Amino acid sequence: MLRKTWWKILCFVLLMYTCSVGFLIKVPEPRGVPMQQSIRNLFFHVPMWFGMMVLFGVSLVYAIKYLRNPQLKYDFYSLEYVRTGVIFGLLGITTGAIWANYQWGAFWSGDAKQNGAAIALLIYLAYFVLRGSLNEDEKKARIGAVYNVFAFFMLFPTLWILPRLVESLHPGGEGSEGNPGLNPEDSSPIMKAVFWPAVIGWTLLGVWITTLRIRIQLEKEKRLANA
Amino acid sequence: MLSIKKIITFLCLVFINTISFAQGTSNSTDVLKSNGKIYVVMVVVIVIVLGLFIYLFNLDRKVTKLEKEKHS
Repeated sequence: MLRKTWWKILCFVLLMYTCSVGFLIKVPEPRGVPMQQSIRNLFFHVPMWFGMMVLFGVSLVYAIKYLRNPQLKYDFYSLEYVRTGVIFGLLGITTGAIWANYQWGAFWSGDAKQNGAAIALLIYLAYFVLRGSLNEDEKKARIGAVYNVFAFFMLFPTLWILPRLVESLHPGGEGSEGNPGLNPEDSSPIMKAVFWPAVIGWTLLGVWITTLRIRIQLEKEKRLANA
Repeated sequence: MLSIKKIITFLCLVFINTISFAQGTSNSTDVLKSNGKIYVVMVVVIVIVLGLFIYLFNLDRKVTKLEKEKHS
């Protein structure tokens, strides 16, 4: 998986599709929702969060793997997936703030989901602080893995539960019906046909960058061992 | 090479939806000058993403080379 090319080409094709068709399709303009063309951000801003969740999820798997079988390589995987995940999250929060400025009137409105996302990211940033404060590699890996599990499960309240319980500027808060994220009536089948490939494409891009970093780490380790 | 076949099938399934939607769009001659010049943005985004991909592919090749390098 690490060195195969087919999924990199898939990633390329999907993102090219997203970046071209995403602008070419007609987007719906439902009454009472002054989104206009900015709804196209759905293909760029939202996949950042999906990608972040997937990357954090993969990191969690490797953290648990490390705790079950302490091999240094699992720790590399876990660490690098968190790193890329945090970058995706920061990109998501920045693009979200830009979008919010034109949609809600301010970069930061203290919206439930904005605050939740910021808290989640801070929890993950603390992961690096924690690792940085320890000296031994083995301790770094073990305590980091335990903290990683905690950090992942903090995503549940901060991103998936609390913003849905209160009134949110994001669609899908208490005020609107049912679907969290985007009201299905404001979307259209063609938008979904761009959105899901976009999610897969952006996520694969994140995985690709991560695997490059992991490969460099593994190579470094190998050279150290041989030296 | 089974994976290539899988990928092509997957892509076909993904895009078949769009192809069916694409029928019936208007045939304007210069897309770039229409509709608030949103398509200029599209071209810019494509160039940026394309550039990033070229960079990533190169980086990938470099790492591969590094891995294959013999070291005692």
